[in-house]
Amino acid sequence: MRAFTTLTAKVAPLDRPNVDTDAIIPKQYLKSIKRTGFGQFLFDDWRYLDAGDLDIPVASRRPNPDFVLNQPAYRDAQILLSRENFGCGSSREHAVWALDDFGFRAVIASSFADIFYNNSFKTGFLPVALTADVIETLFRELAANPGYTLTIDLPAQRVITPGGLAHAFDIDAFRKDCLIRGLDEIGLTLQHADAIRAYEARRREQAPWLFTNPV
Amino acid sequence: MSATPRTLYDKIWDEHVVRDSGDGACLIYIDRHLVHEVTSPQAFDGLRLNGRKPWSIAANLAVADHNVPTTDRAGGITDPISRTQVDALDSNCAEFGITEFRMNDRRQGIVHVIGPEQGATLPGMTVVCGDSHTSTHGAFGALAFGIGTSEVEHVLATQTLVAKKSRTLRIVVRGQVGPGVTAKDIVLAIIGRIGTAGGTGYAIEFAGEAIAALSMEGRMTVCNMAIEGGARAGLIAVDQTTIDYCKGRPYAPKGETWDRAVAHWRTLHSDDGAVFDSEVVIDAQSIQPQVTWGTSPEMVLPVTASVPDPASVGDAVKRSGMEKALAYMGLQPNQPIESIAIDKVFIGSCTNSRIEDLRAAASVVRGKRKAANVKLALVVPGSGLVKAQAESEGLDRIFTDAGFEWREPGCSMCLAMNADRLEPGERCASTSNRNFEGRQGQGGRTHLVSPAMAAAAGIAGHFVDVRSFV
Repeated sequence: MRAFTTLTAKVAPLDRPNVDTDAIIPKQYLKSIKRTGFGQFLFDDWRYLDAGDLDIPVASRRPNPDFVLNQPAYRDAQILLSRENFGCGSSREHAVWALDDFGFRAVIASSFADIFYNNSFKTGFLPVALTADVIETLFRELAANPGYTLTIDLPAQRVITPGGLAHAFDIDAFRKDCLIRGLDEIGLTLQHADAIRAYEARRREQAPWLFTNPV
Repeated sequence: MSATPRTLYDKIWDEHVVRDSGDGACLIYIDRHLVHEVTSPQAFDGLRLNGRKPWSIAANLAVADHNVPTTDRAGGITDPISRTQVDALDSNCAEFGITEFRMNDRRQGIVHVIGPEQGATLPGMTVVCGDSHTSTHGAFGALAFGIGTSEVEHVLATQTLVAKKSRTLRIVVRGQVGPGVTAKDIVLAIIGRIGTAGGTGYAIEFAGEAIAALSMEGRMTVCNMAIEGGARAGLIAVDQTTIDYCKGRPYAPKGETWDRAVAHWRTLHSDDGAVFDSEVVIDAQSIQPQVTWGTSPEMVLPVTASVPDPASVGDAVKRSGMEKALAYMGLQPNQPIESIAIDKVFIGSCTNSRIEDLRAAASVVRGKRKAANVKLALVVPGSGLVKAQAESEGLDRIFTDAGFEWREPGCSMCLAMNADRLEPGERCASTSNRNFEGRQGQGGRTHLVSPAMAAAAGIAGHFVDVRSFV
């Protein structure tokens, strides 16, 4: 997995609460059996005026000039700023893959849906939760300062504004460590294969009905 | 037995900890992994790339549900992209030896319908699937939650997940609901109360007389939408209703093992005095048939109410969210919900496609005709076995006589990955679980309701209170 340590990057605003995973990457694109290529369809229903599908080249479609990510100022933004309950809805990890493939490395919002939050780390993508008041301040600063950037310092767990103000954020130790070192979680778990086997042996005794499949 | 009173969630969690790293992250064992075609192909690719094999083949059960057509399947899937995804599931399951109910198997259906139906979901299990509505299985006193594709791969490779214990929220629905009020109305009313992020970070235990009175089908409807309240998992204590449902199902234990299992399952409830991190109490009598009016499941009101007016809301973010929702939905503030006319009806999805749901809808439709303004009313059973049961009861004829279409099982127009969808601007009375923008088709407008309410709207051509609909 790609590591994440610190990032200083331009910020794009997506000023609405409850940005759901159907909005981040609509269902027709989930038919892809690949892990890449979703960035072109990120926020598809908002980003284009006409309907799209996997087999319709995006170059043939009409971009919505009013949508924030279509504005040249935010083309190279790597941090997305949004409101509460970001990523609510389905479990599709494609939502993270789409944000990542588009070029984002982190989302800052006042809260996240659990599954989206959890999925983010698997791609080396960082979800940062700050209080609603801080988010409001960041939206105001962003609106007032073209080219607004933020620094995310993961080891120090701080978001630092251009004015030098640092906002602390929480992240649990295991996820932080995996992200900073870019660790493969499956490889880590398999280091405990003996513990898993011992658990299974015990469970076969205690709860044999869990191991009686008709297969 | 621990001396400290424990919640149901605590009990299942404690039984499944393989290893506690001490920093809050635990390795927990996964008893059942349900697999479908949309979120698994990249996980199987990951196994191949790293030369890994499934840890426990028998723990997995696979089915294609999201992409399958609900019309005649004799010719296979016409859409080449959908076909590729279903073919990929078939070949991955064949390669790794995983049991799969293929599209033309009579046991095929929506993954969250077939797990319980087969007895592959049992009390006390940990159940995961690359689908957020895995919370459904919590109805059995199981710890069940949705995961992303990387975790699908992790479960395949290790039979475990790295997880942090959730906080616990008990939602008590006191007393009994009135006639015409269903499990769907209960859960929509709960979401209206706590909000779509109200359960974030929690496992919700649904309790109280109104929950205990529900059938397993009703309990699955409630737990299914725990995720719409922000909670990855919803749970309900095991009781005789649970045990009776499980008995005799293909994957359920038999003989002496069954007796041992039942003895254990009877302990799967929160102890008296168990402490929850949070609690919400709702009076069942206050719950009326519900209809969503916006683009988030929390935007919900009783059918007797009117569309809310954003001008009356002080909070700027909330007001702007309501304005966007009303614009998308094409609704006016203060418009009575019963005056909203619909174009389509969808009865189905992992929320409401079980036999009891179809019976409830059929009882409303019997002897009547679909309204002229309703272009399409789809009834999509949750599985081939539900379909066969409904047909043996004559429900299919009741629907088709009323002008409703009777289809093959699958996810269908809940998320429109197959050919069943709304066209831009079309309005649907839907028994599914999400009313997000574009969910049922780009530009489509979804109103979430119970099966009886959807059926009544299909007959009347607009929303009506099913309690006074004859």
